[in-house]
Amino acid sequence: MAVSAENKRRLVTAALVGPAAVWLFTFLVLPFTAVVIFAFGERAPEGGYQPAFTLAQFANLGARSAAFANTLTLAPIGALACLLIAYPVAYYLAIKADQKYRMFLISLIVIPFWTSMLVRTYAWMYLLGARGIPHLLELAGIGDVRLLNTPGAVLLGIVYGYLPLMILPIYVSLEKLDRRLLDASADLGASPLSTFFGVTLPLSLPGVMTGVSLVTILLLGEYLIPQLLGGGKVFFIGNALVDLFLQSRNWPFGSAIAVTLVVVVVAVLLVAMRIAWRVSGTRQVDLI
Amino acid sequence: MTKKHRENLPISPDDFMHEFMRFKRGSVTRRHFLGVTGLGLATAVMSRIPGAFSTAAYAAGELGTKMSIATWPNYHDPATFENFKAATGVAVEVNVFGSNEEMLAKLQAGATGWSLFVPTNYTISTYHKLGLIDELDLSKLPNFSAATENPRFTKEGQIDGKTYAVPKNWGTTGFAVNTSKIKTPMKTWKDFFEVAQTEADHRAMVHDYQLTTIGSALVALGFGFNSIKPDELAKAEELLIKVKPHLFAINSDYQPGMRATDAWMTMCWTNDGAQLNRDVPSIEYILGTDGGEIWTDYYAIPKDAPNKAAGYALLNYLMDPQNAVKEHIANGAPTTDSRVISLLPKEIVSNKIVYPDEASLTPLEFGAAVTLTDPGRAELMARFKSA
Repeated sequence: MAVSAENKRRLVTAALVGPAAVWLFTFLVLPFTAVVIFAFGERAPEGGYQPAFTLAQFANLGARSAAFANTLTLAPIGALACLLIAYPVAYYLAIKADQKYRMFLISLIVIPFWTSMLVRTYAWMYLLGARGIPHLLELAGIGDVRLLNTPGAVLLGIVYGYLPLMILPIYVSLEKLDRRLLDASADLGASPLSTFFGVTLPLSLPGVMTGVSLVTILLLGEYLIPQLLGGGKVFFIGNALVDLFLQSRNWPFGSAIAVTLVVVVVAVLLVAMRIAWRVSGTRQVDLI
Repeated sequence: MTKKHRENLPISPDDFMHEFMRFKRGSVTRRHFLGVTGLGLATAVMSRIPGAFSTAAYAAGELGTKMSIATWPNYHDPATFENFKAATGVAVEVNVFGSNEEMLAKLQAGATGWSLFVPTNYTISTYHKLGLIDELDLSKLPNFSAATENPRFTKEGQIDGKTYAVPKNWGTTGFAVNTSKIKTPMKTWKDFFEVAQTEADHRAMVHDYQLTTIGSALVALGFGFNSIKPDELAKAEELLIKVKPHLFAINSDYQPGMRATDAWMTMCWTNDGAQLNRDVPSIEYILGTDGGEIWTDYYAIPKDAPNKAAGYALLNYLMDPQNAVKEHIANGAPTTDSRVISLLPKEIVSNKIVYPDEASLTPLEFGAAVTLTDPGRAELMARFKSA
C-alpha cells in the first residue's frame, strides 16, 4: 500500500517530535503529576507521604509566608540589579567593542560558568568572611565590618551568579540591531541619547525581557546562595522545599509549595510574555 | 631497527580508518590493530578508572572497586579511606550530612547507594522499624569485640538481642566559645542564648539540626532535652525566634566560621570541640551544667546497600583497634572500645574535652527515638528557619 504524501508528512513530523514528546512526558509530566498527587496527601507518621485527599497542605501555605515574601522580593530585586549592570555591559560588547576582541570579551563572561557554582560561592564565602575583605577594611582603619551572612551578601551572590544569564540575551538582541537605523536616526537629527531611548532600547527589549524572565524564574527556585551567603537565615522557597523534603520529611506540604511555585512561575512567564508582545508589537518574541 | 618518528605520533583519523578497514578485512591481527591505533592502551587505562567501563560480574567474595559511605562533617581521617583503598582496591566515596533527619529522608526515598552509614543512637530503632537496615552478620566483623565495648554506648545498636549497628564513637553536645573574643564566663545553655543576643551579637551559630537546636533551647528554659510537649516546644520556639536576628548562621558545619573568627560561639559536638581547641587554643568547649546531649554514633548497613561486601570490609577495617586509634586522633571523639583506649597517647585520654569527668556527664541525656519522627519538632525547626 502506498503511503500518501499527507501521511508521509505526518510520519516525519511524528518521528521528529516523538522523542521530544517522550522526553517531556517522562521527565516533566510524570514527576509533576506525582508532585500534584503528593500535594493532596498527608505526612505519614514517620515522615514521607500517605494517600489522602485533603486541601490542608494548601491551607497551610501561610506557614511559609516569610519564605514566599523573601523570594518574591529578592528575586525581582536581584533580576533588576542584574539588569542595571548587564545592560551597559551588553551594550558595550555589541555596539562599542572592537570586533577583534568581541569573542574574547564574551568568553571572559562565559568562562566562570565552567566552574561549579558551589565552588565559586565558597570563594565568595571566604572573600566576605572575616579573613577576606573585612580584614582588609580593618587594616585600612575602616573598622569592624560584617559582610558574610547578610541580605547584602545574598544579593551580591545573586548578581554575581546570574549576571551572564542577563548579559547574553541582551547582547544577542543588540547584536542583531540594524546599524543603519542608528545612522538614520542620527541623520534625522536625533541626539545620541534620544537615539538610544527611541531606537536602541525598544529594539533590545525582547532580549531584556528574556533576560529578566530567565533570571527571575531561576531565582524563584534559588537555594544555594541564601544557604551559603545568607547563613541559612535568609530563607527562600527553595530552602523551604529542601527543608520539608530532607528535614521535616513532610512531602505533601513540600509538594503543595512546589505546585504553588510552579503556578507563580507560569504566571510570571505569562505576564512577561504579554509585556514583551505589547512593547514589540509582535508575537514573534522568544522568551526562553 | 629504528622506528620512524611518525610511528610515535598519535594516529590520524585517515590512518585509523585505514587500519580499521584492514582489521575488518582480516589483513591484520587484533593485537596489531589495538597496538597501532592506540585503542589497546586506551582500554587498559580506562579499565583502571572505576565506572569508566563496567567490569564483568564479580566473582563471589570480591569487593568491587568502589563503595560509598554516608557520615558527618570532619568525622574521619582521610588517610583511613586511602589506606583502605590501598589494602583492598575499593575507592570510598564520602557523603557528608548535617542531620540524622536528612539521612532518614534519603533512605526513605530509596536507592541511596550507601554501603555503610553512621546513624546516631536515637535513630536506630526507627530504622529497624521501617526495615531500612539489616541485622549485622558479626561473623564478617572479626575485628569487632563486644566484650571490650562499654554497654552504656552500645545498647541502642541492639534490638531484641540482635545487633543492627556497632558503635563508632560517643560524644557530647556542648558549645564552643572563642575566649579571646567573648569575656563573659559561661556555664549553661541559658548563658549561651543570653550571650548570643548580647556580647556575641551576630557571632553565634546554632545547628541546622532540630535535635540539638530545639533540645538546647528547651534545656535553657529548664525543660527536658527530648520534650515533645506542645507548650514547652512553643516556649522553645519563642526563644529561638527571639535569638534568630542575632545569629551569625544556622549551620551544622560550623568549623569554617569559628576558625575564620566570623563566629565566636557555636553549638558544638565533642569531636569538633577537640579539633577546634587543638588548633585554636582560645576556643574552649563547654558542657551545659543545666543539661544537653550525650550520644553514640554507630555504623549500620542499609538494606538496599549496593555493595554489602565492601560495606562489611570497610566496617571490619574500621573496627581494627589500630585503625580506630588513627581515626580517634584525627577526629577527636572518644571511643567506646577499651582496646582502643589502651593504645591512645596519654594526652588524649587525659583531655577533658574528649573524656570529661563523670559528674559533668550526669545532667546530659541521650536523644529519644520519638524526637526523630515527631512532627511538632520538625515543624518547629522549619518555622524557626523560615521565620
